[in-house]
Amino acid sequence: MRHLLSTRDLGREGAIRLLDVAEDMADTQQREVKKLPTLRGKTVVNLFFEDSTRTRISFEAAAKRLSADVINFSAKGSSVSKGESLKDTAQTLQAMGADAVVIRHPASGAPQTLATSGWIDAGILNAGDGTHEHPTQALLDAFTIRKRVHGDASRGRGLDGLSVTIVGDILHSRVARSNVWLLTTLGATVTLVAPPTLVPVDTRLWPVTVGYDLDEAITAGPDVVMMLRIQAERMHDAFFPNTREYARRWGLGDGRLARLEPTTIVMHPGPMNRGLEISAAAADSPMSTVREQVTNGVSVRMAALYLLLSGDREN
Amino acid sequence: MSTTTYLISGAALPDGSRTDILLKDGLIAELGTGLSAAGAERIDANGLVALPGLVDLHTHLREPGYEQSETVLSGTRAAAAGGFTAVFAMANTSPVADTAGVVEQVLSLGEQSGYATVQPIGAVTVGLGGERLAELGAMAASRARVRVFSDDGSCVWDPVLMRRALEYVKSFDGVIAQHAQEPRLTVGAQMNEGAVSGELGLTGWPAVAEESIIARDVLLAEHVGSRLHICHVSTAGSVDVLRWAKARGIRVTAEVTPHHLLLDEELVRSFDARYKVNPPLRRREDVLALREALADGTIDIVATDHAPHPVESKDCEWDAAANGMVGLESALSVVHASVVETDQLGWADVARVLSSAPAAIGRISSHGQGIVAGASAQVTLYDPNASRDFSTADLAGQGVNSPYIGRTLPGRVLATFHNGAATVLDGMLRPSDEVGAASQKAAHV
Ligand SMILES: [Zn+2]
Ligand SMILES: [Zn+2]
Repeated sequence: MRHLLSTRDLGREGAIRLLDVAEDMADTQQREVKKLPTLRGKTVVNLFFEDSTRTRISFEAAAKRLSADVINFSAKGSSVSKGESLKDTAQTLQAMGADAVVIRHPASGAPQTLATSGWIDAGILNAGDGTHEHPTQALLDAFTIRKRVHGDASRGRGLDGLSVTIVGDILHSRVARSNVWLLTTLGATVTLVAPPTLVPVDTRLWPVTVGYDLDEAITAGPDVVMMLRIQAERMHDAFFPNTREYARRWGLGDGRLARLEPTTIVMHPGPMNRGLEISAAAADSPMSTVREQVTNGVSVRMAALYLLLSGDREN
Repeated sequence: MSTTTYLISGAALPDGSRTDILLKDGLIAELGTGLSAAGAERIDANGLVALPGLVDLHTHLREPGYEQSETVLSGTRAAAAGGFTAVFAMANTSPVADTAGVVEQVLSLGEQSGYATVQPIGAVTVGLGGERLAELGAMAASRARVRVFSDDGSCVWDPVLMRRALEYVKSFDGVIAQHAQEPRLTVGAQMNEGAVSGELGLTGWPAVAEESIIARDVLLAEHVGSRLHICHVSTAGSVDVLRWAKARGIRVTAEVTPHHLLLDEELVRSFDARYKVNPPLRRREDVLALREALADGTIDIVATDHAPHPVESKDCEWDAAANGMVGLESALSVVHASVVETDQLGWADVARVLSSAPAAIGRISSHGQGIVAGASAQVTLYDPNASRDFSTADLAGQGVNSPYIGRTLPGRVLATFHNGAATVLDGMLRPSDEVGAASQKAAHV
């Protein structure tokens, strides 16, 4: 794997391979000594142009457990925020001998620009770009679903036959985009539920069904319900009237939770707004995978770094 | 005075007929076959099309104020390389061209350059601020004789201000050239809003933001009986509104850029900032509608919206990149590729949309007269059978932000004559001192 920029251009085989490697990584994390020598001597740079402690420490843990050297480059408060360009930063990292760059950037497409510009030879791993994609989040979501459904028999399997309903701010969500492509590539059926203001104006090319009614979606009995974080500030741009109305119409409250089959998987990429898009009861119920998602995030990111940095970098 | 006399032999006129053309003392002195002239420099134009010198109603020359992007000299060199003999210079310079002093300065810079006639456009509002009318009358009465006014880069959004501007310029036969972009609908916009923007997660620039302003403004122009020009029409819906307005007899004209005739939004998937432009590249359906509208006259002209930027403004992530493309050097080839090769326009139509019609809209008489005896000698010789892999070597201005680099384009400008003096010969720009000197002489005829 040369880069990991999006799930849209990830094929089914490649995705399953990555999830299987993540299974291997997860196994090693059960051992007493968690650290593997695999990436000794490799340098991984976490280049974060947006604050995201959760994602950064997940990548940092992943790289360190593979014995890579980790450099955290927070662009906030550094020369970058004083006008240094992405190009100059990239060339600096090139000069430092970075083997992989994990980039989080507020501009959609910035990782792709980095990967195709010729400024740097390192493998580029997209850790979230604008409202475009967040591939490792989708991969850890897929991993989590697969593990819940197939348990120890997960290896080699897709998500065929499963129905996943993603609820919330689709328009601004890179998590939703990456999940739409990856989950459908793996054979799942995806339904999006959101206020019409928070769905892109034209989703004809997306392999999904779009609905506006969460109760209807719950009646349909999905295998997975994934709640997205809603930013309360969106109400100032008239995307919805206020948080109370949002919670009532599109939140997973206790009433809706009770109507779900007990086998339903309830997911949230975090950080959660408890009481807004998800109730405390839903977040803490046995149906919820919120904490597993965090654990699995490290395994999936270990797999991504491993595939990026070991062996052939051709395909 | 003694500028060089040129005898162009065997050229094909836009109507397909073949002729020799004698350029003498800044005029097209004679047309016909078997012409001879003692001491004339002969140019073999067999296989070439002779077009009237091209006129661009929409050029950003960046001077004064943004000389790191382009100067009047470098921009008019780009114009000459593309076969243009006149360019209308947009007002969004620094200082803004909102006074007689600034438009006269731009006019003088053009006269010194000599590569093309530079006709300044005046700002509609002070500092392009959209609040108070600029001194439209003073600019019209100045030596620059401004007739086209535009806040291009910004939309004249306030309907009252737009109404007043349309009314006010009637007294000197002016026209308001509107950059149609509803500002509230396009806050933070990065590309056309539609299927691709949704997928890429880029903030959308909806077609309705253009169409709603055009609809409003054609109705305003009708109400006050004024002339309105719409810059860079980019959507199929805008074409429908314009078609309706013209059928109603409203005095509206419209331009389309070469890039909106050839390129579509799929290119944005590369996140290559060379494709970032305002208005943005649209859907393929829009591209096809624009070609049709140009062919049936709903859109009157092609204008480049030549917008040079320094390298670093494009060598970055998409959101941070500047809007705009250079277009003068490639315009004729792009028109050739998009509407001539598809048989929608013939060369006579090209002469209309790139020369006579823009000159008429902008009310300049020294250009756009066509290739007729007695007209001022603005001539472009174009090889329609050539083909070139477009590269930075084809660019003559300071900007290299061309979306065509790496593409194969048809045709090639082999010679350009501005006021009878060669600015391009054998496909090469003539040196600045020679062109400047010829221009000074011509000015003292
Ligand atoms: Zn404009
Ligand atoms: Zn412009």
